[in-house]
Amino acid sequence: MSFVNYSSREINTKIVYYGPGLCGKTTNLQHIFNKTNPQARGKMISLATETERTLFFDFLPLSLGEIRGFKTRFHLYTVPGQVFYDASRKLILKGVDGLVFVADSQVERMEANLESFENMKINLKEQGYELDRIPYVIQYNKRDLPNAAPVEEMRKLLNIKNVPDFEAVARSGDGVFDTLKNICRLVIVELRKGK
Amino acid sequence: MAFPQLIMYEEESQQISTVLERLVRESNAKTIFLVDKNGQLISSAGDVARIDTTSLASLTAGNIAATGGLAKLLGEKEFSILFHEGEKDNLHISLIGSRVILVVIFDEHSSLGLVRLRVKKASGELNAIFEGLIRKAEAASSEGAESPFAEITDDDIENLFGE
Repeated sequence: MSFVNYSSREINTKIVYYGPGLCGKTTNLQHIFNKTNPQARGKMISLATETERTLFFDFLPLSLGEIRGFKTRFHLYTVPGQVFYDASRKLILKGVDGLVFVADSQVERMEANLESFENMKINLKEQGYELDRIPYVIQYNKRDLPNAAPVEEMRKLLNIKNVPDFEAVARSGDGVFDTLKNICRLVIVELRKGK
Repeated sequence: MAFPQLIMYEEESQQISTVLERLVRESNAKTIFLVDKNGQLISSAGDVARIDTTSLASLTAGNIAATGGLAKLLGEKEFSILFHEGEKDNLHISLIGSRVILVVIFDEHSSLGLVRLRVKKASGELNAIFEGLIRKAEAASSEGAESPFAEITDDDIENLFGE
């Protein structure tokens, strides 16, 4: 749910990176943080365990310039991917305007991808959302690994609605900004539709 | 859109600022923030220069969300007040109309009792402003008022991503 402030002329929106544990959600945000002009971004906050696993969420605020006289601000969040953090995942979805589903391309993680995708749908529903009514994109991450499944196969499995999807290697940054730009674009298009 | 947006107008923004500025004075607080439950900063008053307000808003909302989750587990509707005590500064966080979060930062120049008392009074006023705001937004949408963003062109969107 976006927040439009006529007084400060700002549009604030929330984008959530979702996906199974260790799929690279935090790595996506870290790359965006490292490669963005410091004036266009705020601090990145990671609420993580001692072993750098996301405990609650990562947060990175981004400004993308003005549109029709309004400053656009995108708040990027990741959810904790590990299965047992489900209660926290639900909380992060509150007020979401757009989703990036990050899938792990490794063959042995396909089941985890599917499970996480289903979990995302269930958790959205619990918050009163329908996945079909929220802009989302899919990222096939870790394309550089030798055990990566063919994209076509992953598409069949995860991208039933034929939403925009991207191949990525978040560690080196490949595909990270393509994914980000597309979800931001979809969120603004949704805003344009209004109510 | 699946969910109504939160919309802030100039008039209400002024009213909120007035309430917050008075609250800073009357409670002897250092800084006061008003944050949307989704983590967006709505307004602030007092000394904000040294604080990363965006991060503060996001973490406060996360804090309230986690506390709300705990409340549900225990069969409570919500815990409407949180208090964090530090060596120098303290945080008083309260929910207003289960929609927005009021954060008061204060030190030894004030006290928990005084903050609680003043927050209670200000909460009522803020709640009234937000109820009015929601009515206003609903009225605007039922009158079929055009979204100010309906005019956004594809070029506008592309320009945002100009390298």
